Amino acid sequence: MSENPKKLNLKQRYKLLTRGLDWETTYQPMDKVFPFDTFEGIKIHDWDGWEDPFRLTMDAYWKYQAEKERKLYAVIDSFAQNNGHMGITDARYVNAIKILLTGVTSLEYAAHRGFSHVGRHLRGVGPRVACQMQAIDELRHAQTQIHTLSHYNRYFDGFHDWRHMYDRVWYLSVPKSFFDDAMTAGPFEFVTAISFSFEYVLTNLLFVPFMSGAAYNGDMATVTFGFSAQSDEARHMTLGLEVIKFMLEQDEANVPIVQRWIDKWFWRGYRLLSLVAMMMDYMLPKRVMSWAEAWEMYYEDAGAALFEDLERYGLRPPKYADIATKEKNRLSHEVWSIFYNYTHAAAFHTWSPEDNELDWLSEKYPDTFDKMYRPRFDYWREQAAAGNRFYNQALPQLCTTCQIPMGFTEPDDPTKICFRESVFKHERYHFCSDGCKDIFDWEPEKYVQSWLPVHEIFKGNCGGTDLKDVLKWYHLNDGVDNMDYEGSPDQRLWAEWTANRSKAAE
Amino acid sequence: MAIQSIGDYDFPARDAIENFGGVLVTYWNWLDHLMFCAPVAFPFPPDMRFGDVLEQVFPGVYGAHPDFNKIDWAAARWTLDGQTFTPDLDRSLAENGLGHKSVVKFETPGLDGIKGSRT
Repeated sequence: MSENPKKLNLKQRYKLLTRGLDWETTYQPMDKVFPFDTFEGIKIHDWDGWEDPFRLTMDAYWKYQAEKERKLYAVIDSFAQNNGHMGITDARYVNAIKILLTGVTSLEYAAHRGFSHVGRHLRGVGPRVACQMQAIDELRHAQTQIHTLSHYNRYFDGFHDWRHMYDRVWYLSVPKSFFDDAMTAGPFEFVTAISFSFEYVLTNLLFVPFMSGAAYNGDMATVTFGFSAQSDEARHMTLGLEVIKFMLEQDEANVPIVQRWIDKWFWRGYRLLSLVAMMMDYMLPKRVMSWAEAWEMYYEDAGAALFEDLERYGLRPPKYADIATKEKNRLSHEVWSIFYNYTHAAAFHTWSPEDNELDWLSEKYPDTFDKMYRPRFDYWREQAAAGNRFYNQALPQLCTTCQIPMGFTEPDDPTKICFRESVFKHERYHFCSDGCKDIFDWEPEKYVQSWLPVHEIFKGNCGGTDLKDVLKWYHLNDGVDNMDYEGSPDQRLWAEWTANRSKAAE
Repeated sequence: MAIQSIGDYDFPARDAIENFGGVLVTYWNWLDHLMFCAPVAFPFPPDMRFGDVLEQVFPGVYGAHPDFNKIDWAAARWTLDGQTFTPDLDRSLAENGLGHKSVVKFETPGLDGIKGSRT
């Protein structure tokens, strides 16, 4: 038996590993084996037209990821052994990573499920392999985030039952409904939503603030996780762009379908990122940049270049991107106000910004902050100092689509709440914006099923009608996980550590 | 535009009135007072007196605002689902025309929030 010692190059090896693995089925028609990849109306004439953005084979993938994971776990171990949590700038920072764990980690897991599903249901082998690899990435990200953040759970509150909270807590219905919406769509809409609109167009706005925020604030464990995930994210972004180009090149009739998805998922993603806006401007003791600056850099500049490039396929920039740009000087203040109003029902703390923080906000938002927002923070702070910390005693009206409390204002009048409404089958629905209304109007049959936390409480589906009953149903420890940071167990513990440290230094 | 789906796709509205055990879900927005970050939602019986909302419910919610005690209710301007209207405080919510998921907005002239910030 003669052996062929010739070594294949990467491209040949990749072709052998990803092409010709499939076959035309004969016992069952292909359309029955792949029942989901035609109903959305996307026409694919040649699945081999798929250009693999990364020629990564499975064996290389395992080797590479195992190496990264070894390094990550070494850092996490040393972070734990050296009491790394003591090195953060201030315990208020920890509230940002409570949002990361309860909101984002669950999305990583949801993404794993979504890409596994799509990786089964596209009949072309190239995109199927790419989706399956991404499914594994997402599962790894969920696991490594859980392991990284479990260290904080030993000392700080609100980390203990994130999985349970994801399915129940009012503000976590925002990320949950975002992903459930994507996962219940067809496979092409799912990849457009997650891979392109979120991972390609908007991901830097999620990733950079959390990771730079972690670096600026001494959270080396989260930074290491971020570095470990970064090369995967680069791959996901490329997949996002490739899938769009693939659909657009296959058939002209695909263009309007893809455009509508981009419009929808840009807006849904942008609304989801309003949580990040709040985190950047209010929750990082040491600021990285303002939300408005991040929006300018990562969307207005980078996004404009991207959509210029896509123009030749007949695509235009997402509808309502101009509204998002109009909102950049108010978004974080409106969202922080929502959470300040309802901190008694949240699994993290909010607080009154300190003087230097208010000054920073005045400087970053010279046209809006002093005039519109600073007076409310000053008033709230006075009230809190007088033992009268303000909590909103009624539940908020929610947007039917994004499920965020209706705290956003008219694009051309930041002093008026923006109300939009649709009637479908004699039933009224309310929205925070034209973007959210358009999404509903296109597929009202889907959103009439929205599980809106406030309405569910009214129906008695959330453990009772009293706030205390609802918090119990959320698995939220009342008086510990929620309420103002000032006077919280987190704050007391941090103050004690800091006092001990200065004593030891004397 | 009808939804694209793999089969029949017709589900009941989750928030239809019959799912709320006899109450109307109503939304209230005090204009120019954005310290209350969003309109508030209440499940009210349709035969509740409109005036009871002002007298029994509002103080526990809007009372946290320094403008609240200065409100001259006789001068307040109201809209119901986008139309101006004058509520009859002694009649019920239903008699005043409120339905399921109605939006009531009110403006209190002369009161423009903390330091005039519409907050």
